[in-house]
Amino acid sequence: MESLFPLGLLHYAFGGVLIGLGVSLLYVATGLVGGTSSFFSSTLSWFSRAPGLREERYVASRSWRLVYAAGFVLGAFAFAVLAPGAVAITQVPAWQLVLGGFLAGFGARLANGCTAGHGICGIASMQVPSLLAVLTFLATAIGTAHLVGWLK
Amino acid sequence: MSLARLLCVLAGGALFGLGLAVSTMVQPEVVISFLRLKDLGLLAVLGSAVMTTLVAYQLAPRLLKRPLLGGAFQKHAVTPGARTILGAAIFGVGWGLSGVCPGPAVAGLGTGNWPLLLALAGLFAGAWVQGRFFAR
Repeated sequence: MESLFPLGLLHYAFGGVLIGLGVSLLYVATGLVGGTSSFFSSTLSWFSRAPGLREERYVASRSWRLVYAAGFVLGAFAFAVLAPGAVAITQVPAWQLVLGGFLAGFGARLANGCTAGHGICGIASMQVPSLLAVLTFLATAIGTAHLVGWLK
Repeated sequence: MSLARLLCVLAGGALFGLGLAVSTMVQPEVVISFLRLKDLGLLAVLGSAVMTTLVAYQLAPRLLKRPLLGGAFQKHAVTPGARTILGAAIFGVGWGLSGVCPGPAVAGLGTGNWPLLLALAGLFAGAWVQGRFFAR
């Protein structure tokens, strides 16, 4: 067990429960499905006239998605206040963050879901395509991370 | 949006963001270390998040006629097919390269991990290109 989880297991499991509680609260109180990547398209719907970004589902959800995203920042900020210094500034090179972010944003919107939308909401609503999406992105992500590691 | 609804959306997001910080997923290094199979902790994050959500998603529509604050229980929109798989494959390459996925890119800003702004810019640009040129 120790070698599989060198940093311990509890904070991972506890964090996951908190994430699940957030998605659950959203659903039980409002009926909304708390994926994350739609936030980018729905926010862009304020600025773009492209039909693909002006879809009804984006325009209709852009207000609550913005509030939801503000909640993300707020919750993480609360942690930073309670445990100062616990999160280090990332050393991942800028080009990896930008290019990786671009591909992740493009891919998530093409697939209509990311780690949250397919990984949590999709699997929790027992949708097979979401499970396939998760297995696919885990495979390509693991492959890419190994490749980048070998090249360094 | 009513105030109660707004507060629940905000609180739901805050719990999500807190969970991302507690589980250290806001640190790309942790995600990359998982993807290089050096620390499998993220499976525990995913597993416990799914189990918790599963209970709410399966029980709420059976026990309640409608959500507590009104409206209707919505469903995650998934369409089986090549777009979903191709998109997921590309998403994975980006995730593996940066160690950043959408939730942590947003939440990480709350912990002061400011280089994540670069990833956030990339995410917006990617979503824009998809919506502008590759919408269904």
